Amino acid sequence: MEKLKVLIADDELGMRKGTAKVLDKYLVALPGMEEPVGFDISEASNGLIAKEMLETDHFDLILLDYKMPELSGLEVLDCIRDSQIDILTIMITAYASLEVAVSATKNGAFDFLAKPFSPEELKSVVEKASRHLVAHRQAKRLSEEKRKVRFQFISVLAHELKSPLAAVDSYLQLLKKHVAGEELSKYDHIVERSLVRLDGMRRMILDLLDLTRIESGQKKRELTQIEISAIALKAIETYKVIAHERNIDISLHSETPVHFYADAGEMEIIFNNLISNAVKYNRDKGRVDIYISTDDKHLYLSVSDTGIGMTPEEKEKLFGEFVRIKNEDTHKILGSGLGLSIMKKIVSFYNGKIDVESQRNVGTVFKVVLTRLTEDENK
Amino acid sequence: MKADINTAQKKQILIADDDPDILEQMRFRLEAWGFDVCAVESQKKAEEKIKAGKPALAIYDLMMENQDSGFVLSYLTKKMYPDVPVILITSVTSETGFHFDSSTEETREWIKADAVLDKDIRYEQLESEINRLLKG
Ligand SMILES: Nc1ncnc2c1ncn2[C@@H]1O[C@H](COP(=O)(O)OP(=O)(O)O)[C@@H](O)[C@H]1O
Repeated sequence: MEKLKVLIADDELGMRKGTAKVLDKYLVALPGMEEPVGFDISEASNGLIAKEMLETDHFDLILLDYKMPELSGLEVLDCIRDSQIDILTIMITAYASLEVAVSATKNGAFDFLAKPFSPEELKSVVEKASRHLVAHRQAKRLSEEKRKVRFQFISVLAHELKSPLAAVDSYLQLLKKHVAGEELSKYDHIVERSLVRLDGMRRMILDLLDLTRIESGQKKRELTQIEISAIALKAIETYKVIAHERNIDISLHSETPVHFYADAGEMEIIFNNLISNAVKYNRDKGRVDIYISTDDKHLYLSVSDTGIGMTPEEKEKLFGEFVRIKNEDTHKILGSGLGLSIMKKIVSFYNGKIDVESQRNVGTVFKVVLTRLTEDENK
Repeated sequence: MKADINTAQKKQILIADDDPDILEQMRFRLEAWGFDVCAVESQKKAEEKIKAGKPALAIYDLMMENQDSGFVLSYLTKKMYPDVPVILITSVTSETGFHFDSSTEETREWIKADAVLDKDIRYEQLESEINRLLKG
């Protein structure tokens, strides 16, 4: 069981023992904690001792008597503030004087308790302080986790941007030193590779901008009634040439028109990503089939291909940022690994979900379900 | 065309690396140095090539579809053609701090390669290694 460390600083022995007795057996159930929290009690018989204990040991909570010999409660409070000790203070005053309470809270006390107090009053103040403490810690933990994720993201990003730069750099070195002699056509292939890597880099930066705009909420969402199959057709048009080069057939199966309340840009991103992947990870002479349907609650999209597919282990990793699956079939295909992360984020705006069914060397089906939102819900 | 004159005696070098850019740069350099280059991007394809014919020298990336692709290929090459020199390219040193080199007889025996070069390829070093190994 987790215990909060409490220091009772009071020159009256009776007060210390009475308070300790109440808190010793007291358990508080707190939100977000599986088990109730108990208290581990220490005592200080004057302000000076309290100060020394605070300096050598860590406490979560201090019940601090206002009037003590050697060092008063307010002076101890000053020490806590000056040394930036991470502790919550409950000031105990002999008379419920407003003045003392105000100056104590001004100096960083969390709450105060007026003597004499009942066990119930004590418990209630301590419970409130514990809640605050635990919530504060959870928030701190969460922000640290966020920082870590962010840091990870940035280091992967740096790596992903460095690798095309390094490639283009070394190709240019070959050119600069005329390694293959003076005949320009000898360099065609490395120039082509440089352009391909630069294009990949450009796309990655665009994807990254999309992702950050969407995640930060900077991108203005314009929700209107739109016709979904028109957007699908537009996306198909974009990838038709690449598909045609590899004899890949793209068909749209849709009851037209399909109306849905959404942001047109977001729907384009979904279709572009799904269709682009279905073509990229397909085989020559393969197929891509796009299905669109609706009912009064949902919009259903599915994009299936006859491509390289994925193993169950590969499928698990799919939606991570910058995740690209490495195998014999994929290593020549370029991508940022951000497309599906962006899609996942967008789908979450529509309380939706994405399912993937895939079989290695057979093909993949991405199924997206979006929930119809009323105009009110979207605000 | 002066290159055509030596086509007949051009020595073939087999290279396997799963990074298409490294593969391309290597091919480019080796061709400029006057070799006939066979470049493949996987352990599997390299195995097929070895079985199909004997190269003058082979250069393998250590990690391809398997962590130890380069070791496997070195072993296979030496088993079929004990006299074909093998150069292993590895990023093991820079990425994990784990270090080995092929300067001792013992490690050469163990990893089956005649030279080990860092992935951050220094081409002068590669050229001198190739020349050294092909002379011997
Ligand atoms: N239709 C598909 N078939 C097989 N693999 C796919 C398909 N769609 C996505 N993937 C795999 O998921 C990975 C992540 O996809 P995505 O986030 O769109 O990034 P990328 O830019 O690499 O395509 C891809 O690298 C690919 O390995």
